[in-house]
Amino acid sequence: MATNTLTTNSKFTWGGGKSPFSVSYGKLMMWIFLLSDAFTFSSLLIAYGFIRYSFLEPIRNTIVKPFNHLSHEFVKEMGDVGLFVKDHWPSPELVFNHFPFVHGMHLPLFFVSLMTFILIFSSVTMVLAVEAGHRMAKDEVSKYMFLTIIGGAAFLGCQAWEWTTFIGEGATLHGNPFGPTSFAALFFIVTGFHGFHVFSGVMLNIIIYFNVLDGTYQKRGHYEMVEKVGLYWHFVDLVWVFVFTFFYLI
Amino acid sequence: MSDHNLTHSHDDHEHHEDNFITKYIFSMDHKMIARQFLITGIIMGTIGMLMSLIFRLQLAYPNMTFPFLEGILGHWGKDGKLDPNFYLALITIHGTIMVFYVLTAGLSGTFSNLLIPLQVGARDMASPFMNMLSYWFFFTSSVVLLWSLFVEGGPASAGWTVYPPLSALPKAIPGSGTGMTLWLVAMVLFIASSLLGGINYIATILNMRTKGMKMSRMPLTIWAFLTTAILGLLSFPVLLGGSLLLIFDRSFGTSFYLSEIVAEFAGGIERTGGSPILFQHLFWFLGHPEVYIILLPALGITSEVIATNSRKPIFGYRAMIGSILAIGILSFIVWGHHMFITGMNPFLGSVFMLGTLIIAVPSAVKTFNYLATLWQGNLKLTPAMMFAIGLVSLFISGGLTGIYLGNAALDINLHDTYFVVAHFHLVMGSAAIFGMMSGIYHWYPRMFGRMLNETAGHIHFWLTLISAYCVFFPMHFMGLAGVPRRYYANTAYDQFNVFVDMNQFITIAAMLGGIAQLIFLANFFYSIFKGRRAPQNPWNSNTLEWTAPVEHLHGNWPGEIPHVYRWAYDYSKPGSEVDFIPQNVPDAGQVDPLEEAVGLPEVSVKSAVSAEASH
Repeated sequence: MATNTLTTNSKFTWGGGKSPFSVSYGKLMMWIFLLSDAFTFSSLLIAYGFIRYSFLEPIRNTIVKPFNHLSHEFVKEMGDVGLFVKDHWPSPELVFNHFPFVHGMHLPLFFVSLMTFILIFSSVTMVLAVEAGHRMAKDEVSKYMFLTIIGGAAFLGCQAWEWTTFIGEGATLHGNPFGPTSFAALFFIVTGFHGFHVFSGVMLNIIIYFNVLDGTYQKRGHYEMVEKVGLYWHFVDLVWVFVFTFFYLI
Repeated sequence: MSDHNLTHSHDDHEHHEDNFITKYIFSMDHKMIARQFLITGIIMGTIGMLMSLIFRLQLAYPNMTFPFLEGILGHWGKDGKLDPNFYLALITIHGTIMVFYVLTAGLSGTFSNLLIPLQVGARDMASPFMNMLSYWFFFTSSVVLLWSLFVEGGPASAGWTVYPPLSALPKAIPGSGTGMTLWLVAMVLFIASSLLGGINYIATILNMRTKGMKMSRMPLTIWAFLTTAILGLLSFPVLLGGSLLLIFDRSFGTSFYLSEIVAEFAGGIERTGGSPILFQHLFWFLGHPEVYIILLPALGITSEVIATNSRKPIFGYRAMIGSILAIGILSFIVWGHHMFITGMNPFLGSVFMLGTLIIAVPSAVKTFNYLATLWQGNLKLTPAMMFAIGLVSLFISGGLTGIYLGNAALDINLHDTYFVVAHFHLVMGSAAIFGMMSGIYHWYPRMFGRMLNETAGHIHFWLTLISAYCVFFPMHFMGLAGVPRRYYANTAYDQFNVFVDMNQFITIAAMLGGIAQLIFLANFFYSIFKGRRAPQNPWNSNTLEWTAPVEHLHGNWPGEIPHVYRWAYDYSKPGSEVDFIPQNVPDAGQVDPLEEAVGLPEVSVKSAVSAEASH
């Protein structure tokens, strides 16, 4: 049963009687699930591409420079100067340019970069937790699991702030002051679906964290459950990289 | 993993008392779950078939009144006339039930669950708990779908493909309201069920095989179920994404699938920026692999049944595996052939056309291999074998018209006519039903420990075959003449009046088919309780499931799981006394199951096999 450390001692791994590549069925199922979940996200991102490219390219911003001060009527002003129009996709750097506690300054994509950094950093701590699990170092596993949970929760908090700001500027599922309504609708559904995955991941991590504290896996003799939630966590992270690229960068 | 399997069995069946609820309702035993899937599928299938009879009655006699309709349909059948909106609802729910609930869950769910652990030699599925969840998600989904028949406005009526805007705007037609919402809820539950099942099937096949069950020794059923599960795993999530966007369009005012053309129905909100074509792409990315999700298990069952009952090794075992995989891969790159007339770029259309026509190659490989297996075989014409041969026949006659429809130019004329209805009902509907029936007749002894009545089986087969051809063959001519599908009454156009007699003939043939299924239902439910007790291996078959005890056992085999020494198709091996050598019988001198068995079993083993055969 203890198959989380890879030991392959026969060349007939596909001959039945033992699992191929010595992967336990539980871990295999997680991989298979992630493969299918990747297709769910793909369908949403393809829908995004399909709709986005039915609009004209974003108009390049040559007016506002980073750290410039923003007026209270920034969105309206951009509309007036022709940067936000109905048939052009809005330029993300003009939409996502706020930062908590810093008022009235143009900080294009600063906040989302911080979010991305937090999420990727939580993946690093997850790797460290899995590695500590291989060494059966219970205290280290629990420490890094805790940090991962903090990272996930921080990311969700950031997303909540970003949504609040976005909605505060007038974006809804069927209205969007930045240009085409599809922009806001797609933003909410794709980042929402990803956020739901992060939320589920944090919940799973919390359950596993308490099991680690309880010594469940120490008694079981391996930390494979940590590895399995780790796979899920890295996947959610990887998906964010695509969401980030498609929504914010291009 | 075999040691894991062993401990599993001892834990489970030594000190584990089943009560009624854990044994029959929330069962985690794959054999019980298979029976649950089958019986639910049969109930859904009966409902779907009755719906088709009601709308066939309308198509044959559009001017007559049938007072009994008011009795069963209430205000939808006022004064004995079928309501046109309810006609649309009937064809929608008939399609949904048949495609998803009968031929996906009822077929794949039943036989994957029953056969995967038994044929690869595992104690149960990788995760019995997820397997149970899979059934109960399916059950809930069925209940939600049937519930939608009774809501205000009636069930979903946009066709089984639920294209927007009919499905996206709740006020478009009566069925676009609550009924459509429930359809989507049912579909999301169904997708969850299908994913839970599929993950389990793949993990079990890859990870839980007994010693010696190499991938290259697996029965073709298992290869078919594996490919089916992979197709479902990769295509259903895309429908999930598509349904999610549709739910948002319906309920939260987004416009993923809506554009300016529907502005006047949109209820005050500005609906711009989306495109109904997007939904068609997402839907058919599932929809086309779905055709093979339906068909491949039926083809796998047919391979097994034909080889066993011809008493010959399956012809071209590796070619069969190759063609299953080829069909699986190709099925993902041809979805555009459902959308030739949506205005797609003709060049893109020709790419989709090429892929579609290439699928004819692996399909032909399979057909010819079936024929070559049958050729000069010692045919045992059991009902299962008859249905398997019937599948081959329907697969050929329905498949040939696929070559016409796959052509982007011809499709302009044939799109959405009865030609399409005839094509897919023969090649995917009837053929898959025949595969399912073949599987039921073949594995009934394994499932229920009793035999089905053979005479009733033969009557059922012949009536069903005649009915299938009489219903669907004439439809080709109607389609070629341009009669569109999904029309409430074809008499609205004078040029279609020539088909009045043909429509009546089709309806009468469909009723004959319905009566034939009554024979089957009676046989099925009677035999569960009163059928003849099944012997250990009634068809003298080679595969592992016939080595397990007739009485179901949690963990499948008492004691150790049998090892596998050879492929599944050693029938009529030259020099052997008996005409079959089961997979768990070693060659003379063969110790390691992983060695290839090229010779014959020892004499003592031979007599053991023949003793079992005469048993």
